[in-house]
Amino acid sequence: MTLGSRRVTRRSLADYLLGAGLAALAGTVLYPLIRYLIPPQVKEVSASSIVAAKVGDVQPNSGKVFLFGSKPAILVHTSQDTYKAFSAVCTHLACTVQYRGDFGHIWCACHDGHYDPLSGQVLAGPPPRPLAEFGVTVKGNDIVVTRTA
Amino acid sequence: MSLGTWLEDRLKWRAADDFLRHKSVPINRHWYVYYFGGITLFLFIIQVVTGLLLLMYYRPTAEAAHESVRFIMAKVPFGWLVRSIHSWAANLMVFWVFAHMFGSFFVRAYRRPRELTWMSGALLLFLTVGFGFTGYLLPWNTLAYFATKVGTEIVGAVPGVGHFLLVLLRGGEDVTQATLSRFFGIHVAILPALMGIILALHLFLVQLHGMSRADERGPGRAYAFVPQFVLREAIVWVITIGVLAALAVLLPWPVGEKADPLAPAPAGIKPEWYFVFMFQTLKLIPSHVLGIEGERLGILGFTLAALVLLAVPMLDRGDQKTRARRIALMIGVFAVLYMAGMTIFGYLVP
Amino acid sequence: MRPFARWALLALVVGGLWVIGSQSIPAAPAAPPASPVTPAPQTAASDSCIDCHRNLGGRLAAPALRIADDIHVKRGFSCSACHGGDPKAPGIEAMDPKKGFVGKPKPAQLPGLCGSCHSNPEVMRKFNPKIPTDEVARFLTSVHGQKLARGDTRVATCISCHGVHPILAVSDSKSPVFPTNVPATCARCHADAQYMKPYGIATTQYADYRASIHADALLKRGSKQAPACNDCHGNHGAVPPGVSSVANVCAQCHSSQRDLFVRSPHKAAYQAMGLPQCTVCHSNHRIVQPSDAMVGATAPAVCIQCHTETSKGGTAAKTIRTALEDLKSSMASASEVVARAENAGMDMTDAKLPLSDAQTQLILARNLVHSLSLREVQTAATEGVGLSQRAADLGRAGLAEIDFRRRGLVFALAVLLVLALGLYLKVRSLSA
Repeated sequence: MTLGSRRVTRRSLADYLLGAGLAALAGTVLYPLIRYLIPPQVKEVSASSIVAAKVGDVQPNSGKVFLFGSKPAILVHTSQDTYKAFSAVCTHLACTVQYRGDFGHIWCACHDGHYDPLSGQVLAGPPPRPLAEFGVTVKGNDIVVTRTA
Repeated sequence: MSLGTWLEDRLKWRAADDFLRHKSVPINRHWYVYYFGGITLFLFIIQVVTGLLLLMYYRPTAEAAHESVRFIMAKVPFGWLVRSIHSWAANLMVFWVFAHMFGSFFVRAYRRPRELTWMSGALLLFLTVGFGFTGYLLPWNTLAYFATKVGTEIVGAVPGVGHFLLVLLRGGEDVTQATLSRFFGIHVAILPALMGIILALHLFLVQLHGMSRADERGPGRAYAFVPQFVLREAIVWVITIGVLAALAVLLPWPVGEKADPLAPAPAGIKPEWYFVFMFQTLKLIPSHVLGIEGERLGILGFTLAALVLLAVPMLDRGDQKTRARRIALMIGVFAVLYMAGMTIFGYLVP
Repeated sequence: MRPFARWALLALVVGGLWVIGSQSIPAAPAAPPASPVTPAPQTAASDSCIDCHRNLGGRLAAPALRIADDIHVKRGFSCSACHGGDPKAPGIEAMDPKKGFVGKPKPAQLPGLCGSCHSNPEVMRKFNPKIPTDEVARFLTSVHGQKLARGDTRVATCISCHGVHPILAVSDSKSPVFPTNVPATCARCHADAQYMKPYGIATTQYADYRASIHADALLKRGSKQAPACNDCHGNHGAVPPGVSSVANVCAQCHSSQRDLFVRSPHKAAYQAMGLPQCTVCHSNHRIVQPSDAMVGATAPAVCIQCHTETSKGGTAAKTIRTALEDLKSSMASASEVVARAENAGMDMTDAKLPLSDAQTQLILARNLVHSLSLREVQTAATEGVGLSQRAADLGRAGLAEIDFRRRGLVFALAVLLVLALGLYLKVRSLSA
């Protein structure tokens, strides 16, 4: 066969395809490889500990709901100036609880469940079980919440 | 001065080049068997490369292992590709190492002077299965955790040293963080080191002795290793890449759920498919046979089979159609049918 | 084949068949030994009443047979505590009226008889400091007590509910007033149409209650959180709650719904019309699991009891229902997209959180129905819809990623094809 003025032999077609194929393969392999090696922007979340807030973010007698792993959790700055952290998943029907400064309780809006912010125990309403408690440590300016074993 | 001369002066590379090129590959009716080893080798190379990449993000602690695998699959760009290829190639490599072993067996490639090639190959097969077993635990999901528990439990049934081996493998009495650390170290360091040494020996021996021919009657037709066979093998390798890419995209490997040691074992828990034939055999053996515990008998049987595998060249020597050869053939066919049949049986029965 | 080989092969085949064929059937576990029947503890001191009556047989022996289970006997009281007489005297002299024997008390005497101890804090605190001592006083305010005072001996008295010979502790699961037994105890009279005929009240309450979710919780699931008859009607002061206090009775558990109800337009409206609050929509005994179908302007909604479809109330009901249905359908379609992405292999944990938050909003919105405030219900529902849409977006992103991967695969396969072709042609050219 002829292509223009040069006679293209079968041999050089093979070489051409080989070269093009190898180059393309190299690109197809190298592009994902390099993208893979560049660390992703998304922060890797640890499932076992997280900086929930900075000191001063949460005032006494107030709380903050944050994401811990894949579930919501609540950090409470009690009126006794201690920090407590619990799972924010209500044990009744899994609504997300909040802190109510007027009661001084962790409260679930769905069916008026009340929890004690010092122990997570149920004070009133339909929840059948207390909220699971997490560990809280203050490291410098960070309030770190950890999953206790 | 050319590059070739420069390298020759410093590395004496021409001798190595000649060594690689002198080999020829026979052309006969068993032509396809000659590719099996190369496929296995290629899959191993892929495992090493993808494994090294996974090491960039994997975290070997009971707490973080599962999350790190989930992170690789969901958040790292092309992490899903690297991990799925690694998981699929692992399974394919186990399949092909058995195919390569049986292929070499049936063409009787273990005859003199290739006995050491065969034995090193048998060791490589055991190492490959070891890679599979240790690697399977690393994502620390429910299936992996319980499969490891069952698998190490069976090791514990070996007479005499069983419990010692179990504790050695598990890093304690139960499957815990200690087990994960051990399996990780074995999988990424110890086994690769052993594999590297024995694989180098195996490949050297293959190059040294050349490819065997099934019927050693006269010279027969052959083509040069380089470039004829190498180019053909490259086509096979390209197909392998294609298959792996398709599997990774169309059937991504699942992450599963994080292992909960306190939860009961899921019903119908099975080890990975390449162990199912052994698992099913142990399930079928009656609990006591002639006063010996059934499970121990099973393990003894499989240990014996592994030793026979290693010793095949010693058991079937000679070139002619001897009785030993016919027995070897029958045992080989039985082994393939048994392993395939037991695997299928293991999946049909819940 | 050599004989040895033949025998070896035969042994192999037979051995294999034997291994496969003889799966050991695990032996049935041995039946546990029958637990010996623990005899009731004997009363310490001799009690001639029990000793004598036990041997009399028939109707006279019945009270003595299981009297050792009686809570009073366990605390050291004898028959004479209620019946008088002298338990130490043998024979018929024990039943001497001069020694205080009163025989079988009449029904009207029972509150006074039991109250002689049970209304006396000095006595009761020796046995149980926390036990209430106003039951008799409450009983006298109840319909049963009032009728008894006017001479009706067919009504329930202490022993009708608490049993007699033996009187078991309330905490004893065999007691007729143990929480799970209460409905059946009340039903002994209140479900008997013949017995209740003179009183002219319905006898369907027990059957209705049995069909309710409260009965399901209490009787089927054994949940002590669920109410029996006494939790709403009172224990000893049993009276049906007044129409303006029904909400407070339900609020013992359902406080948030009561709080919403009392600030809704229904509170004043029902009061004006003398309607019994919660039971208007939820029924009094046949209280079933509520559903969104209860809200609306057409059957089977409960709103149509009062509101026509085109009235202001009917329109509000329809709009509230629409808000709930919109939220549910938004959640359903989001879940479907997320499930599709997940089935195709994408990791959808990030989408699960907005979906469960949307579920929270649905629960909130449903509860807010009690406020009858369209604005409040719509606020909760709208937030839920926003969360569902966020989940759906994540699901669609997952599906898009799958498309990207498949297109990438096609491209990669094309590259590989070109390379394979090149290699093949090279091989051909070299062997030519």
